[in-house]
Amino acid sequence: MKRFRSFAQIQKSLNEKNASCLDVVNYYLAQINQRKHLNAFLEVFDQEAKDRAVQIDQKIQAGKAGRLAGMVVGLKDVFCYQGHKLQAASKILEDFESQFTATCVQRLLDEDAIIIGRLNCDEFAMGSSNENSAFGPVLNAENENRVPGGSSGGSAVAVQANLCTVALGSDTGGSIRQPAAFCGVIGIKPTYSRVSRYGLLAYASSFDTIGVFSNTIEDNALALEIMAGKDDFDSTVSSRPVPEYHKKLGFEGKAKIAYLKETLESEGLNDEVRQNFIDTIDRLKEEGHEVEAVDFPLLKYALPTYYILITAESSSNLSRYDGVRYGYRSPNTLNMESMYKKSRSEGFGEEVQRRIMLGTFVLSASYYDAFYTKAQKVRRLIKNKVQDLLETHGFLVMPTTPTTAFELGSHTQNPLEMYLADLFTVQASVAGVPSISIPNGKDSDGMPFGLQIMANFFEEEKLYAFSNTMLK
Amino acid sequence: MGMQNRDQYEIVVGLEIHAQLATESKIYAADANLYGNEPNTNVSVITLAHPGTMPKLNKKVMEYAIKMGLACQSNITRLNIFCRKNYFYPDSPKGFQLTQDKTPICVGGKIDINTPTRGEIGIRLNRIHIEEDAGKSIHQANEKDTLIDLNRAGVPLIEIVTEPDIRSSEEAAAVVTEVRKIVRFLGICDGNMEEGSLRCDANVSIMPRGSDRFGNKVELKNMNSIRNVKNAIDHEVDRQIQLVESGEKIISETRTYNPNTGESQGMRTKEELNDYRYFPEPDLSPVEVKEEWLEQIRKDMPVLPAELKVKYMEEYQLPEYDASFLSETRAISDFFNELCQLTTNYKAASNWMMGPVKSWLNEQGADMATFPLTATRMAELISLINDGKVNFTIASQQLFKAMIAEPETSAEKLAKKLKLTVQKDSGFLEEVVDEILKSNPDKVKAYHNGKKNLIGMFMGELMKETKGKADPKTAKETILKKLEQHK
Repeated sequence: MKRFRSFAQIQKSLNEKNASCLDVVNYYLAQINQRKHLNAFLEVFDQEAKDRAVQIDQKIQAGKAGRLAGMVVGLKDVFCYQGHKLQAASKILEDFESQFTATCVQRLLDEDAIIIGRLNCDEFAMGSSNENSAFGPVLNAENENRVPGGSSGGSAVAVQANLCTVALGSDTGGSIRQPAAFCGVIGIKPTYSRVSRYGLLAYASSFDTIGVFSNTIEDNALALEIMAGKDDFDSTVSSRPVPEYHKKLGFEGKAKIAYLKETLESEGLNDEVRQNFIDTIDRLKEEGHEVEAVDFPLLKYALPTYYILITAESSSNLSRYDGVRYGYRSPNTLNMESMYKKSRSEGFGEEVQRRIMLGTFVLSASYYDAFYTKAQKVRRLIKNKVQDLLETHGFLVMPTTPTTAFELGSHTQNPLEMYLADLFTVQASVAGVPSISIPNGKDSDGMPFGLQIMANFFEEEKLYAFSNTMLK
Repeated sequence: MGMQNRDQYEIVVGLEIHAQLATESKIYAADANLYGNEPNTNVSVITLAHPGTMPKLNKKVMEYAIKMGLACQSNITRLNIFCRKNYFYPDSPKGFQLTQDKTPICVGGKIDINTPTRGEIGIRLNRIHIEEDAGKSIHQANEKDTLIDLNRAGVPLIEIVTEPDIRSSEEAAAVVTEVRKIVRFLGICDGNMEEGSLRCDANVSIMPRGSDRFGNKVELKNMNSIRNVKNAIDHEVDRQIQLVESGEKIISETRTYNPNTGESQGMRTKEELNDYRYFPEPDLSPVEVKEEWLEQIRKDMPVLPAELKVKYMEEYQLPEYDASFLSETRAISDFFNELCQLTTNYKAASNWMMGPVKSWLNEQGADMATFPLTATRMAELISLINDGKVNFTIASQQLFKAMIAEPETSAEKLAKKLKLTVQKDSGFLEEVVDEILKSNPDKVKAYHNGKKNLIGMFMGELMKETKGKADPKTAKETILKKLEQHK
């Protein structure tokens, strides 16, 4: 059977009539079946994907196929897809079926993409190792004793292990970039507001961003440009026109690149990761780019700012899961109050409950100004500084993560240790700028390094072009 | 307790009035905003707070709220940020209410009322903000479970919050009455308190007369008529005075008033109240009220009752009583304004509105919006009388009703068809007058002896004989002439 690693390969086969969409789907279904133990998929829409492939093959024959005909897509379990289950890897959404389709998913479907299934993740996208799923952890295909990262661990592994062409993820503080780095694939978190969030199960609304996992920049750019742009159902989405990212993937000239001194001085930074990053800087210089170390004293505030604000928003966003209208309701309830308490205590996992409690605390009247208000101010400062920096420098680079993929179970006892995995990814989330993680070699254990590259607001086009050049 | 005790205290009341806005769809979803449908029929995924949904603001809601603000002379907030008020309750699907906190759409302003003790006063407004209504929890007899109807969830509301400027239950009732009049006039709310489209909570406290320190306030809820607003406040004031007089403390709490028993009951003390954890709604972009939008809304504003009343009194020279009635509702004033474009006999127009039109509406239990005659027809009627072609009694008792039955026919045509036009033929009148004077020789004598007001009696007889169709001017002249001949 033919192997497919990119949409370009699929299109070539389709064009040369070496394969049909059905063949492509069958290839991925066989892969999924073979690598079930990775636990990447929560549900595979096998028959439906095959039926759709047949229809799209007919459209291709008739010359009426959309731009994504032949692309097979996996969805993190946080995207609404009408008539399909949606659970955010949580018990509390037991048996919930979505009654509508997310804008971004619909746009892919309209271009004849095939949705192959629902991907495992940390419960409600809260986590950095995919160990918080109610359906068990996902294994890193590079080394099955290691975590794939999180929260979009299933999406990263699905692309890493060739279980689909591209996968959608959501990134609130690193949930795309960190697992992309751990799994050695490409993952982008676009500018906040670039893609409509309508139909994305909300975690922390002012941070939540929809992005793409892929093996090639071209696939990534194509999927994003189709999903991005104005949407009447999301008042916060940008109405800025979307460039054709995938058509301009050659980076011309020399860039002015910044890296933060604080990054290299970070306590939690693993030696091999540091060395890999220093080598990267050297390489960039050798290639003639101007690379400059800059001070960013606010960096140490990014993580606390992030955790205060995202827990605040999530405590409110998750209030709707109460067992009243849908999802899990505890059978042991006596009255209204016990229905709330028991349904939520039994339905939510430990990490989710921890964040709801933290968020409720930081929003409470006595602590509001000390935490929430202050964090909002710091967020503004960080955003302005990042924006200034990216006006004088074309790109900001840093390691995506302080370590490579760690062993399963190694941080589950200490949530603070786990939170440090987000150390380098939260900055772009707090600021809202686009950021991509690309594979950047492997450590002595054979685990992938990720290089994170940020650009200024809405500069995805430039980011893709530069990343593409870096990967060549 | 005696009323003499009451005089020693000053009553302090602030109101929070919720008005459901009469928009076609809900505030954050396209679901119909309709009262009385089958439960849970106007509920989309947004209303049900399904995962992945986001609010989509209905701009009409902003427009209606701004109209209310302009009517109350409030300042309009240009950058509106929406906020989440977090609390758990089964009829609140999102687990929070999407409302406004730090940037209410209208700030300040006033409601003018007329009081017996303080004259014309303006009750200051603190704010008017936009929010969404909750669903309904239904507790049925024989039913263990509570049932939830979410048709009302997401229905747009404005909350009008007054300053504690109100000093009596009568003033409170007057404020609610005035608010109801304005919202109806603006067409932004039907003002129906029984159905809950207009709801009122009152914060009530007392303090010794002359003091400037307010007492602990009690919030009264569940007042579903203007009369209940007044009664509930009266009852609460009595309760508070009784507590103070017996040396007890007034606890800040929320109480509900039961109109059937006339008693109130404590719901919860303020100490136990939720911490609502307000924070800016990140799923809805702040909405800017741009100058051109505001200007457009200003242009679309109707002339308001207070202004109309002045216009009617000054420009049309109508008495205050007439002016008040004619500016009471939008439908009446719109009709009257149109009528006054077609006739300059404003007093006659007013008399028709306050007399036959109002009586007919009362008889039919109808409102002005369903009145079958156009202003043009009413103007024709007025001008027939003006020209002496039909007299008022005939017009109001017969022609008016005939016109209502046949609104497409002109007044004059109908009058002719029904032979209701005035007899101007003095030859015919002379014969009738002769007959009347002949059969009343003693009255004729009395007239010539100085009882000149007997002319009225002769006119009455004449009208009776002619079934009211005599032209009064011609009739009077004829009687005077004949009286001279019968000297």
